[in-house]
Amino acid sequence: MTNLAAVDVVIIGGGWSGMLMAKELAAKSSSRIVVLERGKPRNPKEYIEGMDELDYALRYRMMQDVAKETVTFRNEVKQKALPIRQFGSFLPGDGVGGAGEHWNGMTPRFLPDVFEMHKTTVEKYGKKRLPAGSTVQDWGITYKEIEPYYLKAEQLLGISGLAGNPMTGPRSGPFPTPPLKQTYFGKLFTDASLALGYHPYPAPSANLSQSYRNPDGVIRPACQYCGFCERFGCMVGAKAQPTNTLLPVLQKRSNVTITTSAQVRRIVTKDGVATGVVYVSNGKEFFQPAARVVLASWTLNNTRLLLLSGIGNANTGRNLTHQVMGAGATLFFDRPLNRYMGSGSSNMTVSDFDGDNFDHSQVDFIRGAYISSPAYGARPIANFGAVPGDVKATWGSEWKKAAVAAYDRTARLGSSGEHIPYSSNFMDLDPTYTDILGDPLLRLTLDWNENEMKIHNFISSKIETIAKRMPVKSYTMSPALKRYDVMSYKSTHLQGGTIMGSDPSSSVVDPRGRHWQVRNLWVLGASTFPQNPSGNPTLTVLAQTLMAASAWPDR
Amino acid sequence: MRRRHFLKLPPGGALLVYSLDGEPLLQTPAGEVQVPLRFFTSDEAAIVEAAVSRIFPSDDTGPGAKECGVTLYIDRQLAGPYGRDRYRYTKEPFEAGSAEQGYQGKSTPREIYRTNLKSLAGLASLSEAEQDNRLRAIENTAFFRLLRQHTLEGMFCDPMHGGNRDCLGWQLIGFPGPYMSWANDIDRHYGETHRVKSQSISQILNRKVVPWEELEP
Repeated sequence: MTNLAAVDVVIIGGGWSGMLMAKELAAKSSSRIVVLERGKPRNPKEYIEGMDELDYALRYRMMQDVAKETVTFRNEVKQKALPIRQFGSFLPGDGVGGAGEHWNGMTPRFLPDVFEMHKTTVEKYGKKRLPAGSTVQDWGITYKEIEPYYLKAEQLLGISGLAGNPMTGPRSGPFPTPPLKQTYFGKLFTDASLALGYHPYPAPSANLSQSYRNPDGVIRPACQYCGFCERFGCMVGAKAQPTNTLLPVLQKRSNVTITTSAQVRRIVTKDGVATGVVYVSNGKEFFQPAARVVLASWTLNNTRLLLLSGIGNANTGRNLTHQVMGAGATLFFDRPLNRYMGSGSSNMTVSDFDGDNFDHSQVDFIRGAYISSPAYGARPIANFGAVPGDVKATWGSEWKKAAVAAYDRTARLGSSGEHIPYSSNFMDLDPTYTDILGDPLLRLTLDWNENEMKIHNFISSKIETIAKRMPVKSYTMSPALKRYDVMSYKSTHLQGGTIMGSDPSSSVVDPRGRHWQVRNLWVLGASTFPQNPSGNPTLTVLAQTLMAASAWPDR
Repeated sequence: MRRRHFLKLPPGGALLVYSLDGEPLLQTPAGEVQVPLRFFTSDEAAIVEAAVSRIFPSDDTGPGAKECGVTLYIDRQLAGPYGRDRYRYTKEPFEAGSAEQGYQGKSTPREIYRTNLKSLAGLASLSEAEQDNRLRAIENTAFFRLLRQHTLEGMFCDPMHGGNRDCLGWQLIGFPGPYMSWANDIDRHYGETHRVKSQSISQILNRKVVPWEELEP
């Protein structure tokens, strides 16, 4: 093992949170900072060659190499966990920028009561309404406290949006850029939602509606609606990505080094203090001593590294959550939609049934979901084949004829719902399977419970109401939520495992991301979220990182 | 080194566009075109060609798997890293799991094809109705689902992967390919068809783009 020269801060993970932390810390001091990224460097100039559905959307060319490392999964403890041999329900990123390179750019803020969900639910509905086995808890911060950091994160990325949505939290400043343009499908959804008295608003978007210069002087152009966001890097840089938003600033800092192909295996501690990290690069092992360690390597790996390093405690791994994404409908229209055009976040959203935006006194579940009209830009392999319910064939001439006719007249309404935590959903180390280096894989024990199924059914009924108001020929509702499966894509918004809180006995890190026991270790990212709100997490990850950086102690 | 195998295609000028980079097409005295195969044997390719042509037939709706080169697409995928499971976690032990845990089999895509095509021996020489009956008997199997998925991939992938020949699959459904901008169109043409000539990534960039299977053989 090679001992490297000591640095002030070592950051594990070169994605949104790690690179943002590096940028913030480098701006306020001359600290020597090293960012360790296990993947490769990225050249955004090459993204234009990556507009290929097969390699990127189906073979996951930008994702973590599953052949080298995966996680194991089971629904419940009495089963044996088996490896996820091919990623499906979520897609971990890899390389500089991480999953922030190939996201859709949807950047809502979480609803204000999300941060105090336990308190507000108990106050309003009583403790007995918390589902059996659930472990809902408050974040230790309030919306009011994080709001200035939300605004700062929005200004960093140039978020496009429309203020005034009564179903979301108050804003202390405007969206930096106006909302994206509206697709035909989005207009049909908007018209129907308005007719029903709902409040459709454009999804806040990290894909810019117009050219924007951020407070760091970084300029990005407007979105071209090419339809290649999710699972692709943006070919013009209109979509905020760590490589086009943070890297240009970091490259000018002489006190920041980004080391790629550096896979951290252990955080080393001595007498309760972190002394650095051990990483492997091209088969060689290195020890990087550091005065402080920031763990910012995505939800699952954050938990795994704490466990592998022996820093885990009774709280490490708990409150594993995903998102309740299944409620939806496939709509068949008379008129063409030109749905190859679009952007990862050019969708309209209805948040009237999200969080506690509606009264839950008369229903038998808590929380909810937002409903939306995705217009990502339909790509043909994944989208060809949907046919109206009266066509039973799934191959052959009859099916082909119906599927060709329906291809550009089909769209989906979708939703994104909250997932509360349960003691039965957690992560630990797998006793059987290992990664390519021989380290144990992380084991997920995860299943849906009644509350999620009820949210799903309730939101499905609202989606059906909207669908009926749209000029559809027919529609097909998505099936009811059953057990959690690892095949169908939901989102990459797994959360929990190293949760934050104001009480060390029930959380892993404090509300500024600082580890309760190892005080010179910080953990950043959605692994610190105690439960999974409906909203896409990236903006909150950025706001939380800015909050942690602002509270960074001098000594 | 394996004996050379070919996919035989009936005579016809249009089929000459099947030419694969650097691989010569051979024309038999009868005018048949022979395309070199990378993974399948000639017999296997004939079975696959018959099957995918029934899954996505050439009919009055438009071209199908045959014209789009689906068999050659599958052949290339199986010969490359996908076929040998480069993109899957393949560590032991392999154990049967629940449906929710996903595919846990040990077999690679190559092995799955090699094994299952044996049970479809003779398919190519049957009538279309008989072929449909044989396929209907296996339509609920994992192999058939894989074959159907690969058919869609071969119909609608970028032509650099060997399928969607001349963007015929994209033209069939009105997918334009990876055009760089719809900024002036996204909020126009509401309810009206807006179609442009379908183009591959190489055509749009006017340079060769190399697919992943060629980079990591």
